[in-house]
Amino acid sequence: MRDVAIVSYSQYTSRREDTRNEIEFLLPVVKETLAPLGLTTHDMGFTVSGSSDYLAGQSFAFVSALDAVGPWPPIAESHVEMDGAWALYEAWVRLQHGDIDTALVYAFGKSSPGDIGRVLALQLEPYMTTPLWPDAASLAALQARALLDSGKASEKDLARVVARSRRSAQDNPWAQLKGDVDEAALLDAPLFSDPLRKHDLPPVSDGAAVMVLAAGDRARQLTANPVWIRGIDHRIDSHALGSRDLTVSPSTKLAGEKAGVTPDIDIAELHAPFSHQELILAEALGLDETRTRINPSGGALASNPVMAAGLIRIGEAAKRLAAGEGRRAVAHATSGPCLQQNLVCVLEAEQ
Amino acid sequence: MSDQVPVTELISPIRLEYRYTPGKESSDFLRGIKEGRLTGRRCPSCRKVYFPARAVCSMCGEAFTETVEVKDTGTLVTFAVVNVNFANRTIDLPYVAAEVLFDGADTTTSVLLAGVAPEDARMGMRVKAAWLPREQWDHTLANIDHVEPLDEPDIPYEAFKELV
Repeated sequence: MRDVAIVSYSQYTSRREDTRNEIEFLLPVVKETLAPLGLTTHDMGFTVSGSSDYLAGQSFAFVSALDAVGPWPPIAESHVEMDGAWALYEAWVRLQHGDIDTALVYAFGKSSPGDIGRVLALQLEPYMTTPLWPDAASLAALQARALLDSGKASEKDLARVVARSRRSAQDNPWAQLKGDVDEAALLDAPLFSDPLRKHDLPPVSDGAAVMVLAAGDRARQLTANPVWIRGIDHRIDSHALGSRDLTVSPSTKLAGEKAGVTPDIDIAELHAPFSHQELILAEALGLDETRTRINPSGGALASNPVMAAGLIRIGEAAKRLAAGEGRRAVAHATSGPCLQQNLVCVLEAEQ
Repeated sequence: MSDQVPVTELISPIRLEYRYTPGKESSDFLRGIKEGRLTGRRCPSCRKVYFPARAVCSMCGEAFTETVEVKDTGTLVTFAVVNVNFANRTIDLPYVAAEVLFDGADTTTSVLLAGVAPEDARMGMRVKAAWLPREQWDHTLANIDHVEPLDEPDIPYEAFKELV
């Protein structure tokens, strides 16, 4: 395998972005990511993006977004109708071909124009499930109920996840929800979608994330602190919610094994839009919170620009390794209902 | 089972509502056209004037820096004679769907050509916007009901062939 590193990363996240459209807020993030490298889009061997036209409610919105990278003369590019973390996976595979040394990865999305809970219902099995229009929070609540009933977690555990997220997010300039909150007080909040409370849900966020990958020596030329992708894998669980044990995430476990997750992880950025999902993911990856800092950014509970939030987990983990906060990190991205699809990426700082 | 009628179809109504954000550039254009002003935006890199402005220059990936007034006269760059109406369209057939390069712009705009028989439409002919009555103007390019022929000499093909 060819060594591939993250050499630059930027993001933008906001609450409802009423002034600018997706392309208008993506453009400065692209420039901010390329500028420190002294490169342009045309220096990239490959460009790939992740987004969903259902968020904007416009067909081919992803093609319009190409405007933000300046695609003329024509560039080699691709798109996944997935979180940007899967775009990164495609870029990593493309770099394995060996004929190019750099790739630009970007993700963007506005969760605010539509009712995101209903929009996400369109990714469900279309014959029997989507016609019921189960919103994302209700499905997550079914999963949370199953987890609580299994005895593997309690409501206090959920509150603990939220309180840690809010505390950690205080240092994250992009976090929407942050603060020093009391775990016991969280449990006094009314139920929103039983057993979940409002704070167990992610906020509605608009945002973008942009990353440059480079292979081997090219990465070392571009930055003093490349963050190496040591392993990356993505797996999927059944589309049929009723056939899954929602209290576990076998696809995360398998992806973690394939990506080479070991107990010596310093930092974990887990894409858990709902509080109880972080517990399921930590178990699947065998993470011990006394050894590993989990979601030091606050995670998706702090800000959750759908389609970018997974790539942001990888970017956040890489940023901390580049800054010397640890040696090994695991970053995770999810898509689909109740953690249906999962990507796991093991990152290492330059020695 | 063999005597049962197979299920070949199910109907699953889908409706999603969105609150659309045109963005800064489109909003500026839409505010202008409500007042009857046509404004384009110039790319600082390739110098082309986009009308209406997109979010950024789609060739260069640069944000626009300069607003340019665009006239409501222009050149018919290309067109199609439409003989079958789209669903929900009630325009009398046949009609001419035109791409017009308004004077001052470097990109074409889709409008209806009227005031000329479809067989007399030709690439390069000069046209002028026919606006709806002022009291009907809103934040939409539909304030221009159609374009109609302007009594000026045709523009040679070489001048706009890049846009065809």
